[in-house]
Amino acid sequence: MNCTESIKANVTSIKNNSFTIIDKDGPPLPHLRMKTENLTVKYGSTTGVRDVSITFQEKQVTALIGPSGCGKTTFLRALNRMHDLTRGTEISGKVLLDGKNIYDHKVDPVTIRRRVGMVFQKPTPFPTMSIFDNVVAGLKLVGIRNRSFLLEVCEKALIQSALFNEVKDRLKDPGASLSGGQQQRLCIARALAVNPEVLLMDEPTSSLDPQSTNRIEELIQELKNDVTIVIVTHNMQQAARVSDQTAFFYVGNLIETGKTRDIFTNPKNKQTEEYITGRFG
Amino acid sequence: MKINTINYELLKKPISLIYRKPGDRIFLSMAVFLGISIVLLTIVMAFVLYGESKEAITRFGVLGFPLKAVWDPAINLEFGALTFIAGTLFTSIGALVLSFVPAVAIAIFTAEYAPRWLSVIVDNLVNLIAAVPSVVVGIWGIFVFTPWMRDCVYMPFFSWSTDNFPALVPLLGNPIGFGMSTATIILALMVLPYTAALTRDAIRLVPREQREASWALGATHREVILMAVLPYSRSGILAGVILSFGRAIGETMAVAMLIGNKNTLPFTLFGPGATMPSVIINEFREAVGNIHYSSLMAVGLALFAISLIVNLLAAWISRKFAFAGGQMV
Repeated sequence: MNCTESIKANVTSIKNNSFTIIDKDGPPLPHLRMKTENLTVKYGSTTGVRDVSITFQEKQVTALIGPSGCGKTTFLRALNRMHDLTRGTEISGKVLLDGKNIYDHKVDPVTIRRRVGMVFQKPTPFPTMSIFDNVVAGLKLVGIRNRSFLLEVCEKALIQSALFNEVKDRLKDPGASLSGGQQQRLCIARALAVNPEVLLMDEPTSSLDPQSTNRIEELIQELKNDVTIVIVTHNMQQAARVSDQTAFFYVGNLIETGKTRDIFTNPKNKQTEEYITGRFG
Repeated sequence: MKINTINYELLKKPISLIYRKPGDRIFLSMAVFLGISIVLLTIVMAFVLYGESKEAITRFGVLGFPLKAVWDPAINLEFGALTFIAGTLFTSIGALVLSFVPAVAIAIFTAEYAPRWLSVIVDNLVNLIAAVPSVVVGIWGIFVFTPWMRDCVYMPFFSWSTDNFPALVPLLGNPIGFGMSTATIILALMVLPYTAALTRDAIRLVPREQREASWALGATHREVILMAVLPYSRSGILAGVILSFGRAIGETMAVAMLIGNKNTLPFTLFGPGATMPSVIINEFREAVGNIHYSSLMAVGLALFAISLIVNLLAAWISRKFAFAGGQMV
């Protein structure tokens, strides 16, 4: 960020009295990947997420923390339009991906989901497909059939997700034959194979043993140079270890967001401090 | 405090007194009794069928009877079931092939695409097809479907092929309306609800995570169905197909009313034929002599055996097609 832009950003942020860094009408700064403006998600009469504005920078990992039921996952799923699949969900506000609102009615949600990948809480390999087919499933969807290319991408994605050495001799085995941790890394490889710009991770390590968790955290660190990562986690240490930015959610509201170091050492909000120090949640 | 004392009293008793309550014993013995009696009933049925058909089997041979295509109750009193076995397999497999794609399509429509109110209506209408008594289907077939097929499909096709494709005519057979293809189509209609219902249930049981995983890869709705939903539910779909096959093999009334009942091979596409159930229902009242009666029983035994084989095959196939090995987390 150069000097003028940074000043401009500061001015805007003071004007809007929020964490928005850029001018709404101006072009997005190059390092900004995604941001939300007043995003509200309602299920019928209950509000899952209220008025959330936050930015996600390139080459950064953002951790969403907060007690159960605080809307982290709901918010995360709004970032690649997964709520479109649930009847009775109402979304207002904007989610900007490279400056374009993904909820614009001209935008096809399928193209958004190709750019914004997702890894779920539970590993979800396709049980009838082989390991290889699982990894390249997303590529086959866009019509890529060239086998040598697919093999190359598969290898790259598996190396990225630190699974390659364990499965390189049995790519034809069913995806469900792997252990839980391996399945989760397989799912990460599958999400990476389509080369997403943003990767959303919904408590990716919650069903894994410490060793697999470790590997996935290392992986997140390695990946962040290529892809913007947003991770929901219940584990505060994990948030502190892997993220650059942390956002604290409480009952559907974004309470505080900022550099991870600042949030964990010097939170501005009392609720954040209480949650981080383990007094509730 | 009081509860704790009761617990303490209870724990002092020997385990056998705490857990072996009379209620449990009665429940267990009832379950065992009913379970075993089903098995016994099946064995008794097979045994009676065998006993009654023994005369035919000893006279025509264990393999000679099912592999011989002769049915002569009037003059030579010679019997063989090949005609009917062929008829049953032809109509049943034909019905499965005809009904499979529409059934799966209906299931996908109601489970995936239709709004709730419409899927409820369609589901119930499809189930209603299964609820129609087969004799009603048969009478509808006789008075409506058969004449329509004869006038609008068989006759035009028959005359077209006599003009352009004379070689085809012997394969087509008599276009009188009653025949193999009419029975097969009606049979397809009758088994369709079973395939559709089981496919629909299997599709609805596909975990949300599986669908979301493919949505998240940027799949369209069609791609989600092809990539995640159908592969995941394939053993359920297969179970539906096999259930339908079992139904089709045993379906009697409608088939007997529409197939034309011709007891000799070869069968033709449009021409009349016969199946194992149809010959039994047509002839059991007027079975002349013991050997005729015994031969009908032997046909019944063969039907029983084929159903059993189909069921065993079904169990084997659905085990084989279930997810191979490993854990599903």
